Amino acid sequence: MAFLLSTLPRQNLIKQVYRLLLLSALGFCSTASSVEPATTTLSSDCPASFLLSDNNQCLLRNLYQLYNSLGDHGIGGLKTALPAHRDGFSPEQIDLGRLLFFDPVLSADQSVSCASCHNPSQGFSDGLGRSVGIHGQLGSRSAPSLWNSAFLKDFFWDARSQSLEEQALSPLFSPQEMGNNPSQLLSSLRAVEAYPKLFKQAFPDTKDLSLDQIATALAAFQSSLISLNSRYDQYAHGYGEALNAQEIEGLNIFRSFVARCSQCHMPPLFTNQQIAVIGSPEPEDMPRDIGAEKTFDSVKLKGGFKVPSLRNIAETAPYMHSGRFQTLREVAEFYSGGRGHAVPEGEDLLLHWHISEPDLNADELDRLVDFMRTLSDSSMLPTVPHTVPSGLTTISGKAARDNNSQKSSSEKT
Amino acid sequence: MKKAKTLGIIIALVAFVGGWQLATNLNSSPQITSSVGGASYGGGDQADSVNTALPERTVNGQILTVNPGDSIQAAVEAAQPGDTIQVMPGIYSETVYIDKDDIHLVGVIKAGERATLDGLGKLNDAILYSGNNILIANFKITRYKGNGIMSQAGNNFEIRNNIIIDTGIYGIFPQLGVNGLIEHNIVSGIADAAIYVGMSDNIHVAHNQVFDSVAGIEIENSRHAVVENNYTYNNSGGILAFITPGLPIKTTYDVIIRNNFILDNNIPNFAAPGSTVAGIPSGTGILVMAADDVIIEGNIIVDHKVAGILINDHGNAPGLTLDPDVDPNADRVMILDNVMHNNGYDTIDEVRAFALTELHTGDIDIFQIGPSQDSCIINRHRYHHVGLGDFAECDFSNTDSIHNYLIPGAAKPRIIASAERGEIAYMGICAGCHAYDDVLIGPSTRDIQAMYANNPQGIVSYINAPFKVRPEYPEMPAQNYLDAETQLAVADYLLNIQLEPSQP
Repeated sequence: MAFLLSTLPRQNLIKQVYRLLLLSALGFCSTASSVEPATTTLSSDCPASFLLSDNNQCLLRNLYQLYNSLGDHGIGGLKTALPAHRDGFSPEQIDLGRLLFFDPVLSADQSVSCASCHNPSQGFSDGLGRSVGIHGQLGSRSAPSLWNSAFLKDFFWDARSQSLEEQALSPLFSPQEMGNNPSQLLSSLRAVEAYPKLFKQAFPDTKDLSLDQIATALAAFQSSLISLNSRYDQYAHGYGEALNAQEIEGLNIFRSFVARCSQCHMPPLFTNQQIAVIGSPEPEDMPRDIGAEKTFDSVKLKGGFKVPSLRNIAETAPYMHSGRFQTLREVAEFYSGGRGHAVPEGEDLLLHWHISEPDLNADELDRLVDFMRTLSDSSMLPTVPHTVPSGLTTISGKAARDNNSQKSSSEKT
Repeated sequence: MKKAKTLGIIIALVAFVGGWQLATNLNSSPQITSSVGGASYGGGDQADSVNTALPERTVNGQILTVNPGDSIQAAVEAAQPGDTIQVMPGIYSETVYIDKDDIHLVGVIKAGERATLDGLGKLNDAILYSGNNILIANFKITRYKGNGIMSQAGNNFEIRNNIIIDTGIYGIFPQLGVNGLIEHNIVSGIADAAIYVGMSDNIHVAHNQVFDSVAGIEIENSRHAVVENNYTYNNSGGILAFITPGLPIKTTYDVIIRNNFILDNNIPNFAAPGSTVAGIPSGTGILVMAADDVIIEGNIIVDHKVAGILINDHGNAPGLTLDPDVDPNADRVMILDNVMHNNGYDTIDEVRAFALTELHTGDIDIFQIGPSQDSCIINRHRYHHVGLGDFAECDFSNTDSIHNYLIPGAAKPRIIASAERGEIAYMGICAGCHAYDDVLIGPSTRDIQAMYANNPQGIVSYINAPFKVRPEYPEMPAQNYLDAETQLAVADYLLNIQLEPSQP
């Protein structure tokens, strides 16, 4: 069997994939025996959906690789290939990134981790309209989901960053977010006994723990967050019964030129990765966020933001760049409400040409929500470490604590 | 024999043209180029000529007939790739969507009576599709709010012989498709473009009649398109080739606009505020904005109050958004012989003001503004023109070398070897729950291999309709959404994974 021969060199690698998957399961299964052991060794297995190559790179495999896309742009309809993606990180780099991602030691006062705002159980967002950084500082924007960020070419709502690595460092050093600085970050990581050894495992050819390595590891972990097995995807691959009649009706409204949703939220990623000025309102106590005007130094893009992917959108309420809308229904109503209806009089925004006046009826709005809910899939959720090398409390530790205190308080009453 | 005769005609013409040139030399000695014979365009995709965008059917499937009172969509759902759906004359009020490949949806016309899709002014779209190898022909479509016919990512399509009246934003709108033929349609009363080719490649738009719309035919962010032999009149703009900034595909090039009748496109622009076509000045025959390698040849362009041909860059279109990834200039525009008459007789202030900088007053057949590199024209002396100072003489006079840009044998699907298909499906789906020799969410792959040794079909049966085998595991969700080929490939792949023994 010719194809069997072709898989032989990968046998060992495939096994490693399974090992990692087992570890992943331990993190989640209730049958698993308590706590992950203190990490001294990084996983040498790729996360689910990644194949380990002969040169120790994790390579993404997904069903959309069965298809083409026009000009390899990765936009189109149902059976269309995805945009170009980042992969090729080593299993060790991905696993180191996972530990760093959940470790509050990265922040100035060791109080928040990346996962504080990008919580896997909340669609890698935080359930807040505007995220909160160290010292309880209220930010001006909503934490974007990290699902499928391997496919993105620009990062942050205002598209100011063009790589996962560049993006990864920015919140660490933002005074409003994690408040750290490079020298403190490096010295606090070096001070944790396990980290220098773990970095050495992930980056065997380099001498000392560096900022670049931190960025690479975080980028590696982010690139492994893949969500492509939703019910919508089953429909797209050709199984008509994956969606019910109402959801299909929603899909047809979504791609209709009355609503035009799919003109910017283009399948299969459900974003065209462009900037759009849509004139959605800020929270009442907040002035207009100029968004991409700053990035591109052009008033034409005032109030413009990156079109976000809608994959797992049902998991990441509230919505829009500053969380003005609590539900998907409210978002759909906004788009249906007419061009510029939420732009204050006298404010000059160059609204996107697809912002029109679809005037959808209540049923149609409900169907759109039905459809958006079919885009959820967490089957490749990574393991949240119960403990991190610094020994600080992770989000899962916090959740358990909050849960316990809730329980005990309810028992008291 | 035939060749000798042609040669004779050319000689006669050259003699005639030469004589005329001698006479006009007394004034300003224009360079006169004959567009009969002579050099053809050397650029573009010089593919073999084909007349169809659909691949030949390997299996001729069933014919499903839909009668008035039946649902067309029900027939689409029953149809398999290779089938033809025939819709009998009558009224059908529904939205038809085709999310599968190789379906021919054909109306039956009896003594002029058509299968009519009537949206009653309430329904959004008449026909949506996202499949390859789709034919839509012979319908009458009217009173929809969104589109008459719209596709997102269907390759190899033909949209023929439809009458489309008042269907909202677009009449015919293929988007993100490769290799399509749009011909012999009659489209009118459309609030944006009657025929709108968006972000597509290898498209042929021919023999259509388009009128009473904002834009007649629009080629936007698309490549390798021929627009020929169309009759476009009574729109705000006749034929457009342009780049809209802010779209994910950033170019328009290799567009031939030839042998069209473009007449009296002067109706008031009634596009929705903010839409891109709202910026078209009513009274424009052909508009080229930021597109490259556009050839305009053999058209009859008459009676447009703004201009016969308007060429501009994004810098002169102030209502557009900023897109740093787009080249904003219309480069390599090539204007061959066209018949132009009575254009620019009542133009807009912006055009008039720029014309004055060249001391030009009166009619304007061709108006060009903004940087335009390596553009050319022949016989410019025939026209009232503004802004052609940088246009060279073209070194060719016709596009006879290019029949169309359709792809011989049609655009091919991606060919995936079975092993690769199995690996993709296994890694992309199964690996979320199954590990090789450890228990994850489901049993180990090694256990599965033991149960189904040499029995991939057994795995296929199971994943189509799983049942609970072991009480300690959750029941597996059905994987019946995978097609038969992928199911078998993944079963084979799973059974053939072998790992080296663990290192001690």
